[in-house]
Amino acid sequence: MGDDEMKTIYQALVDIVDSEHVSNRPEELYIYSFDLGTAEPHPPNYVVAPRTTQQIQEIVRLANREKVPVVPLGGGLSLAGLAIPLKGGILIDLKRMDSILEVNEKSRYAVLECGVSQAQLTSYLSRHHPDLTHSEPGAPPTATIAGNVLIHGQGDLAQPYGFNSDQVNGLEIVLPTGEVCRFGSCALGVSWFTNHPLPDIGLFFGWCGTTGIVTKLSIRLYPARKIRGFGQFVVDDENLVPEIIGKITRTQMAEDIIAYSRAIPPFGMGLQHFTVNIGADSEKELEFKQELIWDDTLGEYITSGVGGYLGFTRGLERPQISKTSDYKKGGGFEYVGSIMPIEKYPECYRRGREISERHHIPYTVTGRCVGVGHSMMFAWTYAFNRADPRSIQHSRDALHETDDLVMELGGVIWKPGTYGQRIVRDRLDPNTRALMRRIKDALDPAGIMNPGNWEGL
Amino acid sequence: MNYVLEFDETRCLNCQSPDCLTQCRHIDIDRDTAQEEILKIARGENSFVLKECVTCYGCEEYCPMGNHPFYLIAERQEALGISPVPRPLVTRAVNLGLPFRGEPEIKEINGPVLNMAAFSELNRLVQGKLFEGLSVISTDGRKMFHYFCQLMYLHYAKSSVIKERLPGIVATIMKHKPTQVVCFHDECYGAYSSYCPSVGIDVPFTPVHFYEFLHDRLDQLKELIRPVGFKVAYQRPCSSRLSPDKHHYVKDIFRLIGAVEVEREFADENALCCAGTIQGQKRQGSRKRAAGIQKKNIDDMKKYGAEMCVFNCPACYQTLGDMVAREGIRPVHMSDLCRFAIGEVTGGWGTMR
Repeated sequence: MGDDEMKTIYQALVDIVDSEHVSNRPEELYIYSFDLGTAEPHPPNYVVAPRTTQQIQEIVRLANREKVPVVPLGGGLSLAGLAIPLKGGILIDLKRMDSILEVNEKSRYAVLECGVSQAQLTSYLSRHHPDLTHSEPGAPPTATIAGNVLIHGQGDLAQPYGFNSDQVNGLEIVLPTGEVCRFGSCALGVSWFTNHPLPDIGLFFGWCGTTGIVTKLSIRLYPARKIRGFGQFVVDDENLVPEIIGKITRTQMAEDIIAYSRAIPPFGMGLQHFTVNIGADSEKELEFKQELIWDDTLGEYITSGVGGYLGFTRGLERPQISKTSDYKKGGGFEYVGSIMPIEKYPECYRRGREISERHHIPYTVTGRCVGVGHSMMFAWTYAFNRADPRSIQHSRDALHETDDLVMELGGVIWKPGTYGQRIVRDRLDPNTRALMRRIKDALDPAGIMNPGNWEGL
Repeated sequence: MNYVLEFDETRCLNCQSPDCLTQCRHIDIDRDTAQEEILKIARGENSFVLKECVTCYGCEEYCPMGNHPFYLIAERQEALGISPVPRPLVTRAVNLGLPFRGEPEIKEINGPVLNMAAFSELNRLVQGKLFEGLSVISTDGRKMFHYFCQLMYLHYAKSSVIKERLPGIVATIMKHKPTQVVCFHDECYGAYSSYCPSVGIDVPFTPVHFYEFLHDRLDQLKELIRPVGFKVAYQRPCSSRLSPDKHHYVKDIFRLIGAVEVEREFADENALCCAGTIQGQKRQGSRKRAAGIQKKNIDDMKKYGAEMCVFNCPACYQTLGDMVAREGIRPVHMSDLCRFAIGEVTGGWGTMR
């Protein structure tokens, strides 16, 4: 791109937004050139922070005219390099689109702009609608609701209600050609209360921002129980994990169920811990649920000495995989997530531990139960020293080996980076792959949306 | 080195009142059976007591003959493979005490020190005038397990771990060249004043009970004391049973600062433990058993009008702190109560103003 052309695009972006919210200064482009993981940095040519859907439409139309890539960015916390501008272009930072537009207490949904963060919604609900909650992931609080939905994220209500992408009632989207579309009941001009029974909106979930930019969404809310807390359980035989998850889910008394094992701190080494979130509106209900889970369901493991109850703590402690960044000097970490059948937990643990140990990284594995035990999100986390290229390379190699492992074990890589996308693409059913190509071509004929992701279909 | 528990069976044979078991809060046993069972345990035989023991440490205090029935029970449980807790909890606990963040920084003190042991992160509880001039060791949460007294493993029937690690802990403390070691936690004091002598581990420093230290400092600062007037209940920790001769300092301190200890049923010798360990034990119904003990204990505090529950042990606080607070009783650490009495703003477990 020539200097004149770049000046023209810069000025056009200023005309769309304003000079305060557009930048082509190297120090600001640098910040947007990388994420917190191991992916190589690539700076955009421009960063723009629009405030309205109309501004996004105009930016996308400009990009089409100028054949410039467009990369939408939410909280920038996906780690897998999904919002790194691999081919430069315009990075659209959506954080200013942060209005909570509606909360409906009766039909239990919230309509949000795409830049609303997890913490923002949590605190808003706590202040104004304390009887409602949403399924909040273990991501840092600045992660956006929309970003998490679009990568098929899971939150602390994943066990009863499934993926966060299963909990969407409607979307407003700027298509890669600039038109605005709505999906769900809102497309009929009525309230955003349901996505059903219209044709589904799967054209946008899991596509890594290559098929459009979500500007608004409606998500389901759930009763916030007056008492919420978590009980902990531990076993030393990983082979017991799937059956224990099966038994707990069968009670239908738990909210979140997470199994994990990690080398640091050393007390957890080789052990499989469970955290089981329980919600209740009264002490009587809480005790009933505790009795059913710990005494009636898991009591046999306790009395036979193979499972241990570690107590119940009031208040929620969301899993923070990011804590593993403290395992090595230099504070880096990245993980491979996968959606796995629950029966694969033992092998996921064993093989993941082998990979970690081969690369001299303290192992951390986590499995979150999704949808009453229909699957789990299993993650392998690798810490690295940002200041040590060899350490970064070890992590990168471990991540790639783990991507391969996911495929070998019959899982599906969650929010794959470009390496993971390639191996998924190569295994895809040819007709599915061809359909994806046709959808992509139809929606994004100029190929401007987040190029480098889901390419070569 | 092979550390062997000094347990004199003949004292049990001559004992007219086997209070070790008859006074047990958790096992219902008559006098004759008690004598029979403690002798069986002393001879290395199995006993139902080994299975039913909830490891509350109480018998160490109740024994009228100066023997060590609880240390013996823990050793026999280990020898006979009768662990009170499930295997993964034992592994977890044994691993918990492993230092993993490098060696501690050693400064030679050549004077008295306060040992925070495995509670470095609670150093906010040892601030202010009461602690002025006292050097503190184990102040780095990453290194604190180098100072961990290990006695917790009595709950896990792992005396072998204590014997293996405790001499090294003593050696680490000695590198600071202390003259006296004030122990922040009852358990550490019990380890150095009771357990080590019972198995022959040499302790070259003088351990000082935290309450003895607090009492003496309050005495020095008594002009600053404004009687607090709170009605308090004391949550006696299990490890306090290892130093019953120091338990009077609880009342002495309360008297000094004008706190009114409520006359309740479960106090002093008759105290109930926090039941934090019991909830995870293998015996059928342990979770409910623990909850029952906790309810009885807190109901007792309420019944006698306590407005504050005073703790020494962080584990007791972790287990019971929220529970008492939900019942309208304020949880507080003894050091914070003392600091409040001398007009300081406390920064520990809840602010007292």
